[in-house]
Formats: sequence, C-alpha cells, structure tokens
Amino acid sequence: MNLLDLLIAIPGIGFILTLLIPRKQEQAIRTFTLGISLLTFVLSLGLATGYQTGQAGQQFVTDTVWIANPEIHWHVGIDGLSLWLIILSTFLTPIAILISWRYIKDRAKEFFAFLILLEFGLVGVFAAWDLFLFYVFWEIVLVPMYFLIGIWGHDRRIYAAVKFFLYTMAGSVLMLVAIIFIYNRAGTFDYAAILSGLESGKIMLTHGEETFLFLAFFVAFAIKVPLFPLHTWLPDAHVEAPSAGSLMLASVMLKMGTYGLVRFCLPMFPTAARENAPWIIILAIIGIVYGALVAMVQPNMKKLVAYSSVSHLGFVVLGIFSFTQMGLDGAVYQMLNHGISTGALFVLVGFMYERRHSLAISDYGGVATAAPWLSTIFLITTLASIGLPTLNNFVGEFLVLQGTAQANFIWTVFAALGVILSACYMLWMYQRVFFGELSEEVKHHMPDFNAREWACMIPLVVMMVWMGVYTQTFLPPVTEANAKILDQSKGNVPLRVALPHAAGGNAHAR
Amino acid sequence: MLANFSPSADDLLRFSPEIILTVAGTLLMVLDPLFARRLPKLFGHLSILALILAIAGAAGANSVPGSSFSNLLVVDGFATFFRFLVLAIGILTVLASYRYLDLEAAETGEYHALLLFSIVGQCLMVAANDLIMIFIGLEISSIATYILAGYLRNDRRNNEAALKYFLLGSFATAFLLYGVAMIYGVTGTTKLDEIRTALNSPAASSSFGMVAVAAALMFVGLGFKVSGAPFQIWAPDVYQGAPAPVSAFMATGPKAAAFAIFFRIFLTAFQQIAGGWEPLVWISALLSMTIGNFAALTQTNLKRMLAYSSIAHAGYVLVALAAHSDIGTAAAMFYLAAYALMNIGAFAVVIHMSGKGERHVKIEDLAGLGKRQPVTAAMLTVFLMSLIGIPLTGGFFGKFYIFEAALQSNLVWLTVLGLLNSAVAAYYYLRLLVVMYMYEPGEVANNIEPLTPGLRAALILPAIGTFFLGVLPGVVLGFAQRSATLGH
Repeated sequence: MNLLDLLIAIPGIGFILTLLIPRKQEQAIRTFTLGISLLTFVLSLGLATGYQTGQAGQQFVTDTVWIANPEIHWHVGIDGLSLWLIILSTFLTPIAILISWRYIKDRAKEFFAFLILLEFGLVGVFAAWDLFLFYVFWEIVLVPMYFLIGIWGHDRRIYAAVKFFLYTMAGSVLMLVAIIFIYNRAGTFDYAAILSGLESGKIMLTHGEETFLFLAFFVAFAIKVPLFPLHTWLPDAHVEAPSAGSLMLASVMLKMGTYGLVRFCLPMFPTAARENAPWIIILAIIGIVYGALVAMVQPNMKKLVAYSSVSHLGFVVLGIFSFTQMGLDGAVYQMLNHGISTGALFVLVGFMYERRHSLAISDYGGVATAAPWLSTIFLITTLASIGLPTLNNFVGEFLVLQGTAQANFIWTVFAALGVILSACYMLWMYQRVFFGELSEEVKHHMPDFNAREWACMIPLVVMMVWMGVYTQTFLPPVTEANAKILDQSKGNVPLRVALPHAAGGNAHAR
Repeated sequence: MLANFSPSADDLLRFSPEIILTVAGTLLMVLDPLFARRLPKLFGHLSILALILAIAGAAGANSVPGSSFSNLLVVDGFATFFRFLVLAIGILTVLASYRYLDLEAAETGEYHALLLFSIVGQCLMVAANDLIMIFIGLEISSIATYILAGYLRNDRRNNEAALKYFLLGSFATAFLLYGVAMIYGVTGTTKLDEIRTALNSPAASSSFGMVAVAAALMFVGLGFKVSGAPFQIWAPDVYQGAPAPVSAFMATGPKAAAFAIFFRIFLTAFQQIAGGWEPLVWISALLSMTIGNFAALTQTNLKRMLAYSSIAHAGYVLVALAAHSDIGTAAAMFYLAAYALMNIGAFAVVIHMSGKGERHVKIEDLAGLGKRQPVTAAMLTVFLMSLIGIPLTGGFFGKFYIFEAALQSNLVWLTVLGLLNSAVAAYYYLRLLVVMYMYEPGEVANNIEPLTPGLRAALILPAIGTFFLGVLPGVVLGFAQRSATLGH
C-alpha cells in the first residue's frame, strides 16, 4: 500500500467512521471530518514532493487484482496530469468543510460524511488506471453530490439535484457501453495495456468503431464539463447547491470531464478526436461567448459565477482540441486555475449569503464600506478570474490562446472575446455589489471576516498569486504528461484540423 | 428393464432439501392447532430452521453431483446455485413476514407451510432435467404461491390478486404443457439432454416447424412466469394486491426459479435452434425494460412501482438470455441473486412503513423518513442505489456483467437501449430518495414505530449482501461462472 492508496483509503474509511459517530455529537463530527480531510491534504503533498519529473509513465503505482474474472484490477497511479488535480481535491475539501461549519445545522452528520465520501470518489477518479475502476469512482462521485444539492440546497434544490443526476447518468451509461466494448476487444480493462495495444496495432478498431467509441466517451465527459449545449444542468445545480457543494462541483467535478477528455479521448481515439475537433471547437467557442453573455445579464451572483464557469471551461476544451503543446498545457493549467479562483468566488458568495440571506445583486451595494477585507479579497479573486497578469488565470488563458493561435488564428480571435467579456461581467458585478450606496440592511448584516473565514480564504489567495507568478512549481509535470498524451494522440490525420476537407479526405484514405 | 425403485444414499442426499422442507411444512400444519394461540412466532422460527437445514442439505447434495431418479433430477452447480438462492430468499421472506403477520393477527402454520411448499417446488424446478419434472415443480411452486397471494382471505385486494394470478397462471402453464406435448411428439422424450441430442440429429430438421411452435409455446408460458413483456400484464395487479411479504417473495423466489428453467430449457434443449428464438428474446427483453421502466415512472403506489421495476429487471435478465452464452448464464445467475437481495430489502421497508391493512403504501408516505429513521432510510438508499446500478452495489456489477455478456454476443443495440433504459429507471428510484430525504416528515414518518428484530434482519442482511456482491463479486460470480455450463 503506497501513499496514493492511502489517499483513497483515508477518506473512504473516514466516511464509514463518520457514520458511526452518534448524530448528536455535531461538534465531534465536524472536527473529525476536518481532521480527516486535513490529514489527507497533508499526505497528498507527499505526492508533489515525491513526484519525479523526467521519469516517464505513472508513479505511485499499485496494481493488484480486485476481481479475478472478468479481470479487474485495483490499478492506481499518477502522472503530471492527475497529480495536481488530486491535490486540488484534497486542498479544497477542508475548505468545503470549514465554510459549512456554521451554515449546516440540519443533519450535519450526513452532510460532512458526504463531503468526505465525495473526496474519496474524486481522488479515485483521478488516480484510476483501470477503466472499470475509473467508472466505479466516476459514478460514486454522483451520489454524495446528489444528496448535497438535494437536501441542503436552496428552494429549487430537488429539481436541480435530479436534473444533475440524470444528465450525468445518461452520459455515463454510454461510456459504460464503450468501456465494455473496449474490454471485449482488448481483453483487459487496464488502461496502459489498452493504450499499448492500440498503439502496436494489437487492438484494431475500424474507423466507424473508433468514432462511435470516441463519441460515447466524449458525450459523457462533455456533459460533465459542461460543453454547450449540454450545460443546462450546471446553472441549476450550482445555484441550488449549498456553498460547499458549489465549491466542489465547480472546482473539481467539472474537471472530471476535462480530465477525461485529455486522459482518455485523445490518446485512445486519436483519429476520431482530430476528425471531430472542428465542431467541438466551434461548440467550445460558442460556450465561451454564450456563457459570458448570459453571465452578464444575471441578476443572481451565484448564477453569474455559474455561467462564467461555462465560459471558462470552454477555454479548457478549446485548449485541449487545439492539439498543441501550449494549448494542452494551458488547458490543464486552466483546470487548476478555475478550481482555485471560481471556487473562491463561490466561497465568497456563500459568505455573503450567510450574512445577507440573498444572492440577488440588487440586494447589495456598498459592501466595500461595511466589510473592507471581504471586499478586498473579493476583488483579488475577481481580478484573478478575469485573467489579470501575475494572477493565476492569466497564465492559463494566455497559454490556451497562444496554443490555439498556432493551430488556427480565427479561433483565437473569438476566444479572446471571452476574456474581454469576462472582465465586463465580473467587474460590473463587483461594482454593483461593493460600491454604490450602502443600504441599511447591508450595513447591519455585513460584518467582516472572522477567523474561520480567513482560514478559508488565505490559502486560496496564496494559491492565486503563487500559480500566477511562479508557474515552475506546477507546469513541468503537466507539460511532461501532456507531451506524452500529444504524442499518443498523433493519429494519421494532418495537424491542421481546421480544414474539414483534409480530415474528410483522410477518412476516405483509411 | 425394470427400474430400481429403492433410491441410493446419494439419491437421497441429492433430494435432501426437498425432503427436509416437505417434512417441515407438514410438521408446521400439524403444529398449527397446538401453538397458533400460545406461540405464534414458533412457526417462523421453525421455518427458518428448516430452511437453514435445507441449505445444508443443498450443500451436501452438491458434494455428490450427478443425476438421480432415472435422470429426472440433476444436481449440478447450476441447480445448487439456484437452490441456495431460493432458500435464502425463503429465509429473508420469513424474516420480513413476522411483523406483517403480527399486525394482521394472521400468524399461522399454514402461511409458513405454504411458503415452504412453494420453495420445495422451486428447488425441484431448478434441479429438474425433465420437462415433466419441471412441470411438477412449477405447479407445486405456483399453486402454493396462488394461495399465498390470497392469504388474507377477508381482504378484497388479496382475493383479486389471487384470482388473477391463478387464472392467468394456469393459462400460461397450459401453454407450457402444450409445448411439452409437442416436443414429446417430435422427439419421443421429455429429458432435456435427450431432446438436445434428438434435435441435433439430421432427422429433426424435417419437423423443424413443430419444434419451433413448441419452443414458442414454452416461451409464452415461461415468459409469463418471469413477467417478461408482453406477458407482464398480471404482475402489477398481483404484486399490488398480494400481502407485501408475499409480493416480495413472488418477485424474487418463483421468478428466479422460473428463470432457471427458462435458461435450462432453452440453453440445453433448444441450444441448437438459438438463432430462431434469439430475436424473440431480444424483443421481449427490450419490451420488458421499456414498458417496466416507463410505466414505473408514473406510479404513486410503492408496491405497484416495485412491480413495474421488477418487470424491467426481468428485461435485464432476458438480455442475458438473448446473449445465450455461458457468460450470459453466469451474468443472469449473479443478477438474480443481486436482484433478490435489493428487492426483498426494498419490500421490507414497504412492510415496515405500511402498517395494519397496508394503509401507507403511497410513495409520499415515505416523506421525511430520512429524518425520523435514518438507519431505515439508509438501508432503503442502499437498495435503491443497487436498483439504479451505482457501483459498489450488487446491482451495478450484475448489470455490468449482463451487458458485458450481451456485447460479447454482439448485441450492441440491445446494450445501448438497455443501459439508456437504466438511466430512465434512475428517475423513479431517485424520486423515492427525494421524498425520503428532501420532504418534511409527514404523518406516517412521525408516527412510525421502531424496527422490529425480524424486519431489521430483513434489512441488514440484504444490505450487507448487496455490498458484498458489489465490492467482492468474485466469490459468487466464480461459483456462477463454474456452474453456467448448460450449453455443453
């Protein structure tokens, strides 16, 4: 059992132990789950320090048989792609617990237990190297989030929770078909074996089969991302979820989709991925612009942040399907950035909701006078989110745009529009909420940060700056992993995917 | 040659579960007038004891595999697997019945004796190697179940359920019997392995039409017994009307046994003409899943919803039959075991909620159960997750394995449509979770009594089993895979 196994086992065991604590002991439950999540986080730092850049392949590998026939392995390991996503999950879970400390009064035991279960699933998703195991974790993640939204959410929580569950479920059953199909062809669920089988030609897929499999995986991931037009579950789920739910949903769960695209869709189905890239990129660009425009007119802060996620995630998909090193690096970096800065926005909006009990922008105004520290932190987060240099999002967006420009300059033009629009809607919201006339309600209900809230925000702000100014900490493992994935995804299609007739012609040639 | 009528020790051992249960059932009837007043729980305890002994007997029988009684019975892994399954279902049913019978003041030896006789029939069915034997087992099982469905004889719904079940059931049995007669006419035998040999011979091709008609007739009869579409019409009415523990039993025990003979007949005797019946099963599987799931979406009565869900689940097992491979058989065996656990567990919650006269069987009656009785609610959550097919539960692995088998047999569209169906199914199962956890407690949840020991066992044992099948499926699956060699 190595460190990575521990990181999955601790939240799993923690979940069961939490269920055993009597429900009256709310303080004990909170402290215990916080302890578990902090322990997991501290241990997960060992992944970063122990990770050796320059050593190709997965690290921290455990590979033992789980089920003998059909042969399913407990095969976990990390590379530069999953490394930071795992740490992001373990980093945000304690924050999710802390921001719910006072807010959750009803059925606290279940709430905190579900957060820990969520962490178990998330770490597992990013660590799994066996397709079956990946699917298991992928589905497990659904359950706690369904309950988090449905039980502790706002007014339309039930609708949002069911919609969230069914959307994801519909996508993932198609992925299950594809996984089984691959298993029947390859005789194994082991991802590394499947990849090498595909590469060496031991596993042959016809063009039609590859397209079908690609689409089955792609739809499951695209729903999770969410890619326009499959995004409609997201605003509902984000707005109705409690803060901790929105935080985990936006920061980590959306990344499951983009992670899946990079991890599975590109290397396994290189030809199909490149052939289908043109329309995927168009959808991504529509998502970027559409998300931003819709965000601009939202009267509700949480909904605004939710639609901004659609826009930001469009960047990630654009970077992935640009098939350039820079675009892919930027996409992965942007996944992490979005996790930090949008997560922070949800946390801050949550703090304000706890004070004012409203999410409507019009119910605020003049908050800067009443709560200067809150306003300052909110401003830093806003600036990070719109991509101000020296803060994290800038790096990711820049890389994505540059990578995209290498592939096709027209895309860059449209995508850059999203950056401008994001400045519009974020700053406009900031202005309406924090400046202007200070109303009586806001004045009396807007105390500044307390110690617990500081404890949540400081790590997030530190990360925004760190990831903005010193990318060397984070990027090298990512670049290395991406280079390998790009190499695997070199189908026999010309690099210039923008030209549809070239891709089509190639399809005939096969 | 004169047959030898004195059974050997091995023969008796192979037949021991049936012997034990028959003796116990008869004993219960004798004890009924003596203890019905003083020790009403005694019958349940004795039934459980008998069922445990029968499991031991089935294990003993498995140590001397082979055929008995002039090749009428065959004890192989397949038979043993299903014997274990129906006996375990029997134990869980008895556990779930204590509270119900107590509330209705209807604890009699008769109820338990009928249950045991029904299980005797099922044990016979799954081990039968002869169409006549199958018929006898089916009738023993069915007649006992008809009576059980109308057990509370002063209850109108019980009467309706029993009558419907009886009339339609006899009709279906007649179809089956008709098919048996025609097969006998063609091949001159009722033994499954001999039919197979006869159908393999070149002479059989001349009477192909007759064989096809016979297979179709038997398909109708068996399709009714497993409540596969388009022969599912009876199931919702009967499951809704019958006493809740009996519904739980009917949806699992007789169904599992009926599937066992379905597989045995079609994969042993009719393997040769699989190309002919596969499309029929394909259509029936798809219809069952679709009708079951879409009809369940609109139900307000819990028992009726579970009835439609059981039709849908029969559809999944039919997918495994359509695959007609060893993997398909093993998948069906595993799935039926997982399904039995999750379904009895879900029905146990219904029994717990419903109260005297089954007044509270609406879905809304679950409102707020998660607040008032978190443990009961958590158990039901486990069963619902398994019914939806969420990983780490038996239901997921079973479903996965069934569709794995289907894809191996190149049933791509059936797999896609089946799995999309299971996404539809998620909606109505989720609705129970919504009502249970996200609604404020209603009158029913506020006045609910604590779990009785019997019901608690009927919840916890299936929950443990569900997780066991989901986390460590290898044990049961390995057994199923070793036993699923009907086609050879």
